Amino acid sequence: LSVPSEISKEDGRPKWDNKFQYILSCIGFAVGLGNVWRFPYLCQIHGGGAFLIPYFIALLFEGIPLLHLELALGQCLRKGSIGAWNTISPYLGGVGVGSWMVSVLVSLYYNTVLTWVMWYFINSFQEPLPWSVCPLNENRTGLNKECYESTAVSYFWYRKTLNITPDVTESGTLQWWLILCLATCWAIVYLCTIRGIETTGKAIYVTAIFPYLVLTIFLIHGLTLPGATDGLAYLFTPNLNILKNPRVWLDAATQIFFSLSLAFGGLIAFSSYNPPKNDCEKDAVTVAIVNSVTSLYASIPVFSVLGFKATTGYWDCLDRNIISIINEFDLPEESIMRQNYTAWISFLNSSYPEKIAGLKLKGCNLQEFLDQSVSGTGLAFIVFTQAIILMPGSQAWAILFFIMLFSLGLSSMFGNIEGVFTPLLELQIVPKSMPKEILSGIICLISFLIALCFTLGSGSYWIDIFDSYASSVPLLVIAFFEVIGVVYVYKIKRFSKDVKQMTGRKPNLYWQITWRFISPLLLLIVFMAFVTLQILKPSSYAAWNPKYEGFPMKEEKVYPPWVLAICVLLAVLPCVFVPLVALFHLIKRMRRSEDPSLVPPEVFSCQGANS
Amino acid sequence: RISNVLLCNVTDRVSFWFVVTDSSKNVTTVPGSEVEAAIRMNRNRINSAFLLSDKTLQFLKITSTLSPPVEPSTPVWLIVFGVVLCLIVAGIVVLVVTGIQQRKKKNKESTERENLEEKGEVTVTVENGIPCEALDLKAGHINGVFAADDERFTSL
Repeated sequence: LSVPSEISKEDGRPKWDNKFQYILSCIGFAVGLGNVWRFPYLCQIHGGGAFLIPYFIALLFEGIPLLHLELALGQCLRKGSIGAWNTISPYLGGVGVGSWMVSVLVSLYYNTVLTWVMWYFINSFQEPLPWSVCPLNENRTGLNKECYESTAVSYFWYRKTLNITPDVTESGTLQWWLILCLATCWAIVYLCTIRGIETTGKAIYVTAIFPYLVLTIFLIHGLTLPGATDGLAYLFTPNLNILKNPRVWLDAATQIFFSLSLAFGGLIAFSSYNPPKNDCEKDAVTVAIVNSVTSLYASIPVFSVLGFKATTGYWDCLDRNIISIINEFDLPEESIMRQNYTAWISFLNSSYPEKIAGLKLKGCNLQEFLDQSVSGTGLAFIVFTQAIILMPGSQAWAILFFIMLFSLGLSSMFGNIEGVFTPLLELQIVPKSMPKEILSGIICLISFLIALCFTLGSGSYWIDIFDSYASSVPLLVIAFFEVIGVVYVYKIKRFSKDVKQMTGRKPNLYWQITWRFISPLLLLIVFMAFVTLQILKPSSYAAWNPKYEGFPMKEEKVYPPWVLAICVLLAVLPCVFVPLVALFHLIKRMRRSEDPSLVPPEVFSCQGANS
Repeated sequence: RISNVLLCNVTDRVSFWFVVTDSSKNVTTVPGSEVEAAIRMNRNRINSAFLLSDKTLQFLKITSTLSPPVEPSTPVWLIVFGVVLCLIVAGIVVLVVTGIQQRKKKNKESTERENLEEKGEVTVTVENGIPCEALDLKAGHINGVFAADDERFTSL
């Protein structure tokens, strides 16, 4: 016998099939591309193992309390971000609108990063890999000039993928191959989010678990590569002096904050589909710890591979020098090997210094190769792809790597889209008769059309702008108002009672202290330090300009004023809703207080919703 | 013929200068540009005559024409892209169609129930949440508790 499906939805609200789906969705949202390409870089430049100290302190005092707050909020109020904050207090409705706005902006550009991953993925099925060889020039007498002066990997990334323009003001043309991949990516997002959490809940099993499998495979393979131990030693050797630098603490705090995807509204949306009696405290601690452990776990294969690449580069440098010396001195083959290279060099330098100087040998230093640190897209698309060429069976490794990046990004996209989708459903902008499939289709279509801007020649510069301005400062502001709103407007005593009703125990002293004092203070300090640093450092960007005399180094350029205006707009637009909505309601209330016949609305209580 | 070989400028590497004479036109030397053009066209034959390659036999001032990489008629990535896109479109179509079917079934069920409740004379008796009409009263279900009753009686 078939139970009608309405019985499973008590109040018409969809729910998770089981708790595991919910936890996996939160973990998938938190674990994203940043865990793979930002955390290892931060570890490397901030003193290796010593970076873990500020990282875990930030996790304890900022990450876990804020995460618990958001999950408890969504579960208690059972609404998306806009509805939830409107319910807490109409004056705080702007916080929800700000979250929604940030989710919209991030969804737009995040999927373009996935487009690049998809482009590399579908190009990985060729032999040889297209980024391993330079194409020929027009009269076929040599290699393409731009490619020859830089490297084949950089050429494939900057020319064949992005077709980048030398300046952010030159928009270039739409790249048709990127448009195709962008359409595919949005089609995949539509496929997975077509019915909200009913479909993402099924898709998350694959997209959240698969990256761990691939990371394990890379871990095992990476540890067998030569030079892996050098890379790992370099990564984890602690340099405790670095803790005196305040920049390190700031980077740790911002990394934890952005890594957990707080203040997007996506976590509130996810937990709003939970049954009311669910232990959100344990969930928050679980998700935060899994996210941090994943970052650590991912940095091991990344650094094994980087160590391998540095060692191979070092050996190539040595081999080139050895060939020059053998040719110059007419020595027999294999008389100079890598092991006795230094002995030979010192002997030859003392006996024939002019000849050695005339050879113009490049100094080979393993440390120098290891010091080349990259983060972000440079790590994935330039450094890692170069390392993959050196491995036997490169096609398989490339395919695995790019599917992993795609899954990581896709599971984060689910959270972003959910942060956009759920409030729209609740605001009932669309009539109830319209099926969910059409609303999600409209969202995906509009986002695809707007994101076409990022497929222009200057698209990657714009994505950097969106990444630095739209998804940094507004989140800090929104998170600050979230904590202040719950603790001081909704009142922490009431909130503690609500949490006790949901989890069965009152939040203990740790939660009380962090929610009341430590987290808001920390957020304020981080926000001010962040803004100060942004203002002090002149906003510049690095442009890829083949006509630059320092090519292949990137050219430092300054943003023109109209671009700076857009940057400021992106940072301010989500934040400005907080005071605007508060002001709007204040004016409405003042107008209403002139008319005594109207009854003021009741103050909402979480327990009232579930009785 | 040995008289055609002159030794000069001995170097460490095996290298030689050469001139090409045209025996048919009164032993005049062929101009350098023509020789260069001829070498460019027949590089492969000259290389294989010495059992060497472009990398090991170098003609100064004549850059070798590199062979372009083999490119299939349709780029490979378009094929992979086509496969991925077909899978996704198929998935979307399946999900949308099942969604429409579920919706139709839900609408039909709710209108059926409304119709049944409208007809006053036919009261829908509901047993355990299932309308009695839906139960198949002809085919019985074997209730396991009573089926085992046979064993209570000892066999003769």
